[in-house]
Amino acid sequence: MEFNLIIALSFLFIPISLFVYQLFFGHILKHNTWYVSIIGIGINLSLALSFFYRVFHNSPDDHMLHYRANWLTTGNFNMDLGIFIDNMSAIMLVVVSLVSFLVHLYSSEYMKGDSRFSRYYAFLGLFTFSMNGIVLADSIAMIYIFWELVGLSSFLLIGFWFEKTSAAMASKKAFLVNRVGDIGMFIGIMMIYFVGETHSFNLSDIIEKVKTSEIDSTYLTTAGILLFLGAVGKSAQLPLHIWLPDAMEGPTPVSALIHAATMVAAGVYMTLRIFPILTGDALTYIAFTGAATAIFAASIAITQTDIKKVLAYSTVSQLGYMVLAIGVGSYLAAFFHLVTHAMFKACLFLASGSVIHSMHNSLHKLNDHETDAQDMMNMGGMKNKMPITYFAMLITTLAISGVPFFSGFVSKDAILAGTLSHYFDHGGITILLPIAGFVSALITAFYMFRLIFLTFHGKPKNKEIHKHLHESPAAMTFPLILLSLFSFAIFFTGTINPLSDGSKGWFSKAIGNGHNYVIKVDSHKADAKHDESYDLVHSNEIHSKANSNHNSSSDNLYNFTEHVAHGTHAAHYTAMYLSLLVAALGILLSVIIYYYNKINPNSFIKVFNVLKLYDLSKNKFYIDELYNNVIYKPFMFWSKVSSKIDWDYYDQKFIDSIGKITLSISNKSTKVDYDWLDQKVVDGFGKITHFMSLKLKKMQGGVIQSYILGGLIALIVITLIVKQI
Amino acid sequence: MNNLQIYLLLSSLLFSLGIYAVISRKNAVAILMGIELMLNSANINFIAFNRFTSNLNNLDGHLFSMFVIVLAAAEAAVALAIIINLFKNLGTVNVDEAAELKG
Repeated sequence: MEFNLIIALSFLFIPISLFVYQLFFGHILKHNTWYVSIIGIGINLSLALSFFYRVFHNSPDDHMLHYRANWLTTGNFNMDLGIFIDNMSAIMLVVVSLVSFLVHLYSSEYMKGDSRFSRYYAFLGLFTFSMNGIVLADSIAMIYIFWELVGLSSFLLIGFWFEKTSAAMASKKAFLVNRVGDIGMFIGIMMIYFVGETHSFNLSDIIEKVKTSEIDSTYLTTAGILLFLGAVGKSAQLPLHIWLPDAMEGPTPVSALIHAATMVAAGVYMTLRIFPILTGDALTYIAFTGAATAIFAASIAITQTDIKKVLAYSTVSQLGYMVLAIGVGSYLAAFFHLVTHAMFKACLFLASGSVIHSMHNSLHKLNDHETDAQDMMNMGGMKNKMPITYFAMLITTLAISGVPFFSGFVSKDAILAGTLSHYFDHGGITILLPIAGFVSALITAFYMFRLIFLTFHGKPKNKEIHKHLHESPAAMTFPLILLSLFSFAIFFTGTINPLSDGSKGWFSKAIGNGHNYVIKVDSHKADAKHDESYDLVHSNEIHSKANSNHNSSSDNLYNFTEHVAHGTHAAHYTAMYLSLLVAALGILLSVIIYYYNKINPNSFIKVFNVLKLYDLSKNKFYIDELYNNVIYKPFMFWSKVSSKIDWDYYDQKFIDSIGKITLSISNKSTKVDYDWLDQKVVDGFGKITHFMSLKLKKMQGGVIQSYILGGLIALIVITLIVKQI
Repeated sequence: MNNLQIYLLLSSLLFSLGIYAVISRKNAVAILMGIELMLNSANINFIAFNRFTSNLNNLDGHLFSMFVIVLAAAEAAVALAIIINLFKNLGTVNVDEAAELKG
C-alpha cells in the first residue's frame, strides 16, 4: 500500500479507535483519559500538516492522492469507496485537525469533573472521524455516509447533558431538521447517479459525465438544488436554520468545534466539491439563499442577549456569506472565508466558553442557581478580570467585523467583491446580493462590538458575581491565543499591506479561482447565459479543441469563474472601500450606544418598534412559531382528526360492531354445539359405551375356575370343529 | 381290546378327574391336587406311548415323565408357599375369597 494512503487512512482510523477506546475503556484512566485522545488527535494534526506542506508546491488542479477501491457490486450497481486529497482537502484537514486538537485541549478543563467525561471524548473522536471522512471522500455516496455520521455525533454532543430537557429537545430538533435537508440531498445524489451512460457516485466521474453528456438543464438544475439542500440543512441556511441556535445547548467547546468551525462548514465544503456540476439557475438559487440567510440571521443577532445565541446567529450569517460567495461564482472566496471563519469563530466560541465557565464558577461560589450564566445582561466589566480572554475575543471580533489587518477583512472583502462583480455582470435583481452582503457586514460589526462592550466593558451588572470572576486556566487560554493569532490576515495573504488584493497570497495559489472549469454557451444562447444551462468543459480540453479546430467557437467559450475572478479584481477596490465604510459605521454605532452610552438603546427599540421590528428580531422573526403553526399544529390537528376517525369511528363503531356480531353468532353456535352436539351426540356415545361395559363387566368375575371352565368348553368346541373338518 | 387304549382310558379318566377338581373345588389345596392328577395323567400317556409305539431301548418317554415329576415337585413347593401366604393374608384358602383384583 502506498505510504500516502496509509497516512490518509490514519485520519479515519485514529479518531475511530479513540472513539472505541474512550467508550469502552475511558473510565480506567479517569480524568487522565483525555491525554490518550489528545495524543491521537495530535498525531493527526502533524500528519495533516505534512500534507499541508505540499500545498505550497501543488497547483490547484493537481491532486496528491486518489485511491479507489470497489466496495460492493450487485448486478449493474457498482459502488466505489475512495480517498481523494487535493489542496482544498489538505487545507480542510488542517482546519479540522487543528480546531479539533485545540478543542480537545480546551475541554480537558472545561469538562473537568463531568460524570461522563470519557464519553464526551469518545463523541469528539467520533465527530473527528466523520468530519475527516467528509473531507477525504471521493464520491458523493461516501460523503453522504459521513454526512449522516457527523449528524449523529452532532446529535450526541448537543444532547450531551440530556438531563436538561432543553438539551434533549435541541438535539432532537437538530437531527430532524437536518434530516429534511438530507432527504433532498439523497434524491439529488440519485439523480446525479443516473446521469449519462455509466453510473457512478465518484465525484470526478460525475464531473466528467456532466461535461461530456447531453443533459437536460432542468434536470441538472433540480439535481444541483437538491444536493445543495443537504448543505442548507447542515450549514443552517434559511428555511432550515432553526436548529443551529438551539444546538448551543451542548457544551461550549462542542459549539466551537461542530457548530461554528467544522461541521456547519461541511455543507459549504460539499457545495464547493460539486461546484462544477451546478448550473447557472442553481447558482442563482444558492446565491439568494445565502444572501437572505446572511442578512436575516444578522438582524436576529442584534437583539439577542444570550452570548452564545449571538454567536450562533453570527455563525448562520457568516455561513450565508460563504453560500452567497458560491452562488456568485467566487469559488476561492467561499473557501477562503470558510477557513478564516473557522479560526475566528472557533476562537469566539471558546472565549465565550471561558466567560461562561468563569461565570459558572462565580455563581457556584455564591450558591446562585437562578442567574443565567450566559446572559450578557448579567456580565460587564470583565476586561480586567479576564485579560487573555478579552484580547482573544477582541482580536477575533475585529476579524469578523472586517477590520483591515485581520483575516475576516480579506475573506469578506473577496466575497463582497464577488457579489459586486456578479451584479455588474448581470444587473437587475442581483443588486440585492451585494446590498445584503454590505448590510449584513454593517450589522455584524455592530452586534459583535455590542457583545464585546456588554460583556467586557462598562460597569459590572452584579458586583458580587464580578468579585469571584477569574481568568481560565492555561489549557483554556492557550487555544484562544493560538486561534486569535491565526485571525491575522498575514497568515493567509503573506503581506502586511492590508489593502492588497487578498487573492494573491498562497491561499489563492493553492485553491485557484476554479479556473479549471469553464462554461460553454451556445452562440445563440450567449446573451441568455444566466437563464440557460451551462455546459461545463475542462479548460485543458477547451484549449486543445481551440488549438486543433481554431475556429470561432473559442469566442463562444465563456470562462465563468475566470470572468468572475476578473470582475472581482475590477470590483475589488469598490468593494473594499464600501466594506471598510460599513464596518466602521457598524463599530461606530456600537461604540456610541454601548461604550459611551450616549444613546439609550431603549429609545432605538421604541423607534424600531413602530414597525414591530425589534419584537420581530427579538423573537427570531417568529420562525419557530411559524413552523409550529404551519407544520406542527396542522400536522397534530390532522393526526388527532385521523386518530378520532380511526379510533372513535372505525375502531369503536365498525370493528367493535363486527366483534359484537361475532359474539352473538358465537353464543348461538355455542348453544348448538353444547346443548345438541355435545350433550346429545357425544354424550350419547358415552352412554352407550357405558351401558355395554356394565353388561360386559359381569363376564370378568374374577373367579379363575370359571375362566378355566370357559377355556375348557372352548377347547372342546374347537376340537369338535377341527375334527369335523 | 388294545392294551394301549386301556392306558389312554386311565389317563383321560385321571385328567378329567383332575380338571373337574380344578374347576369345582374351592379349596386351593384341592385345586393343587387336581393339577397333580392332570400332570400324572400326562405322565401315564408318556410312558404308555413310549412302551407301545417304539422299541424297548428307547427311554424318551420315561425321561419326560421324570422331568414332569421334578417339575411337579417344584410347582407343588411354590404353590404351597403361595397358599400359605394367601392364608396368612386372608385367613382362608378359599379361592373365591381371594378376589382382591376384582374391579
